[in-house]
Amino acid sequence: MKPETKKAKGDETMVQITLNGEPFEIERPLSVVALLDKLEIDARRVAVEHNLTIIKRQRFPEVIVNDGDQVEIVNFVGGG
Amino acid sequence: MTDSPFVIAGRTFASRLIIGTGKYSSHAVMARAHEASGADMATVAVRRVNISDRSRESLLDYIDTNRMFILPNTAGCYTADEAIRTARLGREAGLSNWVKLEVIGDERTLFPDNEALIEATQVLVREGFIVLPYTNDDPIACRKLQDAGAAAVMPLGAPIGSGLGIQNPNNIRIIREFARVPLIVDAGVGTASDAAIAMELGADGVLMNTAIAGAEDPVAMATAMKHAVLAGRLAYLAGRIPRKMYATASSPVEGMVGQ
Repeated sequence: MKPETKKAKGDETMVQITLNGEPFEIERPLSVVALLDKLEIDARRVAVEHNLTIIKRQRFPEVIVNDGDQVEIVNFVGGG
Repeated sequence: MTDSPFVIAGRTFASRLIIGTGKYSSHAVMARAHEASGADMATVAVRRVNISDRSRESLLDYIDTNRMFILPNTAGCYTADEAIRTARLGREAGLSNWVKLEVIGDERTLFPDNEALIEATQVLVREGFIVLPYTNDDPIACRKLQDAGAAAVMPLGAPIGSGLGIQNPNNIRIIREFARVPLIVDAGVGTASDAAIAMELGADGVLMNTAIAGAEDPVAMATAMKHAVLAGRLAYLAGRIPRKMYATASSPVEGMVGQ
């Protein structure tokens, strides 16, 4: 299901994505790098899945997150 | 006595103790326990980044990755597909193509689903992963994993986090007999003697998390585990005496006063 694009004030379109399973809004389509930057996440320590495809780190600048996209950002946590 | 080096898939490790990073009261305590353990391989889990709270410290700030090899796991995965997806993400987040493969079959026991585990091992080996599967203490399952290309077999000693020790030592001994890849006892250790027993049975290594992280003093327990693994390994190499039903005197029976 593709979430509907919301209209924000000033008639600018907001971009609705699903980020780690939750709805999330960004002002415009962003590259993976720009999205991580906005979230203040160190790109060197995470893996990113975009619409179920894993994105290699060197492709972070060129892959664009668009309206309705699903993004998973994972990192390492304590485990056994 | 000189020991052969501990080698998995061509990589040599200084310590036969592999350590977890979960359940510590703080990252600082974990770092001190890691240091005390002498381990040079640590497991980590792959999870979603907490988007709403970015203030939490990163686990990797507390691990010297120049000294400690990071082994991502697929803990919490209940299907081969989930485990494969998690392994691929772990490879991207990390620096290697190694994975501690877990495919869990039951929530209460956390026993592995062998069928799915073997399937996931086959897929990941084809993709170039170094696969270290967490498995039942079942010699046949271990043989199938080995045949599927696993770089080690990691039978449980007892359920994860149970601290029950090695429940089926005979199976571990049988697995030792035919394993051509390293045998690592993974899970079930409660205290130092359990780790020593695993090594005495011929395990090449022991992997543990809760036994150290959950101890009252994790740093002291990490030290104990370091010694236990060394002692158990040395005892295995030394060759223990046979078990006998009756006593055999240690002191000479001749030359007794008054004879």
